[in-house]
Amino acid sequence: MSEPATLVTMELMGKEYRVPSGLTILAAIEYAGYKLVRGVGCRGGFCGACPTLYRREGSHRIFTALACQTLVEDGMCLVQMPFVPVPTKPYDLHSITPQPTTLLRFFPEIAGCVACNTCTRACPQGLPVMDYIQAALRGDIERVAMLSFDCIACGICSSRCPADIKHYAVGLLARRIYGKYLVPSSENLALRVSAIESGRYDAELRELMELPLAELRARYEQRSFEAVADQNGDYSATRRYNSPMDPVDYQDELEGV
Amino acid sequence: MELIDGYPASMRESIAMVERTRPARLGQTFPAMSLEERRALLLGHHPDYQADAKRPLSFGPSKGLLLNHELADLFEARPLVRPNLDLSKIDADVDLLVIGGGGAGTVAAIWAVQSGLDPARVLIATKLRHGDSNSTMAQGGIQAADRPEDSPVQHFLDVMGGGHFTNRPDLVRALVSDAPLIIQWHERLGVMYDKDSQGRFVENPGGGTSRNRMHSARDYTGLEIMRVLRDEARNLGIRVVEFAPAIELVCDETGAVAGAVLLNLETRRYHIVRAAATVLTTGGLGRVHIQRFPTTNHYGATGDGLVLAYRVGAELVDLDAVQYHPTGAAFPAQMAGLLITEKVRGLGAQPLNRLGEQFVFPLEPRDVEAAAFIRECGERGLGVPTPHGICGVWLDAPMVDLIHGPGTIRNALPAMYRMYTRFGIDMTRDPILVFPTLHYQNGGVAADEHGATSVPGLFVAGEVMGGIHGKNRLMGNSLLDFNVFGRRAGIAAAHYARAHRPGRLSLAHVAEYERMLREAGIETARTAPRILPDYRGKEALERYLDVPV
Repeated sequence: MSEPATLVTMELMGKEYRVPSGLTILAAIEYAGYKLVRGVGCRGGFCGACPTLYRREGSHRIFTALACQTLVEDGMCLVQMPFVPVPTKPYDLHSITPQPTTLLRFFPEIAGCVACNTCTRACPQGLPVMDYIQAALRGDIERVAMLSFDCIACGICSSRCPADIKHYAVGLLARRIYGKYLVPSSENLALRVSAIESGRYDAELRELMELPLAELRARYEQRSFEAVADQNGDYSATRRYNSPMDPVDYQDELEGV
Repeated sequence: MELIDGYPASMRESIAMVERTRPARLGQTFPAMSLEERRALLLGHHPDYQADAKRPLSFGPSKGLLLNHELADLFEARPLVRPNLDLSKIDADVDLLVIGGGGAGTVAAIWAVQSGLDPARVLIATKLRHGDSNSTMAQGGIQAADRPEDSPVQHFLDVMGGGHFTNRPDLVRALVSDAPLIIQWHERLGVMYDKDSQGRFVENPGGGTSRNRMHSARDYTGLEIMRVLRDEARNLGIRVVEFAPAIELVCDETGAVAGAVLLNLETRRYHIVRAAATVLTTGGLGRVHIQRFPTTNHYGATGDGLVLAYRVGAELVDLDAVQYHPTGAAFPAQMAGLLITEKVRGLGAQPLNRLGEQFVFPLEPRDVEAAAFIRECGERGLGVPTPHGICGVWLDAPMVDLIHGPGTIRNALPAMYRMYTRFGIDMTRDPILVFPTLHYQNGGVAADEHGATSVPGLFVAGEVMGGIHGKNRLMGNSLLDFNVFGRRAGIAAAHYARAHRPGRLSLAHVAEYERMLREAGIETARTAPRILPDYRGKEALERYLDVPV
């Protein structure tokens, strides 16, 4: 029913194909006849399997994108990157004591960052990648965790970096250290776990399991509902985590993304 | 086509009505349905209850189970390997083979190692990359009853009612009792859940929950959990082989499962793996496109594990019910079927029809909510038409910022905001259009509370396992499910592996399956498992854009 789509020309790995405009790059490649094995994953922008390099007519630049989240353009000359190697040495998170030098110790190559900002320009999520590498260099683990949080580990940043930095691995370690050591653990959770382990709910659960269906349905219909009202303490989605330790205001940086 | 801030003029007219009704709707929510009203709506409008869409399975241990035709086709298909395949040369000999490198598989492997298996003798074989899975795509959250106002008992009631009391109660008990333990394990692994300054979790409601118990990590909850689990598995030294799906299980002469035949997708070579125990964690089936629905699922979700398990004699349960997520994207066409997290409704956005009116409680269980959307667009004719031909209902996203303060969408729903921005729509200013999309395989392979199937040596966990959710899963119980049962299956499989040595490998079950196919009178060229869907040429267009070909 929609109006007939206009065709555009895309050059895929050196071969030209005419494809309808309005398709994502991923769909255009499939339309051209490829059954993908590499370069495709969740098809929804969450897994980072479809990093794509391309040039546009009339521009000297190399552009980067996720094939599933970007529309094909006339004159696009593109290739998919099947894989960006980012091997890391194994570590034991549980024996790390977080210090300002921790990230530098595990990833000494971050000291080679020349602040060229190519990683940030290449990031298909629009993250301030260079800024979090600089924060890692300063030992600001929380800032790395915050700025890198939306990373999907596609690896495009690492493929473009002149200093061979493994950006997403730095972000991952920082987030794990932050989540484990720098955020307080939940007291309610700990109490509930010990209650469960002491068998506090066993009898009630067994009773429910043995109830005749009609009675179980009645219990379900009569169950009380908690008000949807904000129960969330001093958490603020706009301030993200309310850290007791970080005086740096990274909010401006996030707003600018 | 001319677009005004992402929408055509025809849709803008309806958006104007949404904006007019918005002030009056704030703080005024459509009432929830009774069990009887739910039942009537489901029978009338849910795709699962359309009689002509299904046929009974014609052979095997679950003969008679009603399945959607697309799913029945998978079982009524020929194996990819012949029974006389040479099994004498074994490429890998391990204690534990985990088939599927998503959430469940990774959790199972980690806990098998925690239970004493040598990580060098644990192998994860996966179809795409380690972590490419529906687990990664889960956005909204994970349930666990850990607040004083809540309890595992309350969680149990919610799960049973959401599944229309068809769930297996012992599995539900395991799910709700382990939930807080799992969150605590994640806390220790460094998963960055949303917390306040005291370390208390931010917990929101979900469809069908009577308490706020949804733990989230912005709207990247699954991604955050999956990348931490994958990192932990790597650091433990667990072996992973990627782009190597299992295409058949192998048994020993006693009929116990003893490994699998893997296919290297790039060299097209077979690899024979012998294993003392096998955990099947292959996920779901969205890419089978049941009843032609679009899907939220990742590229590899083709239901392979169901077929593999059935061929060695495992039973299936509740596979007659599949879950359509009420809020798949319906506009723009390039996003059709992609998941719009239930968290958007959890944060207060209301579903509305073309006139800007509410027509359903925003947080009914998923099947009920989806059926209400289908009724609004179909029988009632109050859906919003799109230029590419499908209808949808509005989800009034700007309400989230009005209720919780400006900036909430950008910070609590960054994935959603980013995705719409890429396609020219600002969801902080405009509502978004949604329609149900194929989301989850409610049922699966039958197993006990330790993931053990009726076939010795074969364990299951995650979406491929059935019985936990009955005929309908609640939001936030799948991230929970793969952690709870991945852990249980990993531990149980490790114990099994220590006590059993596999005997001589055999594919006798493949010959037996071929015999059953013949006896049931099924002559077909179809093969299964399907491994990957095929979207070449015209299919690519049908999935993405309605243009004449």
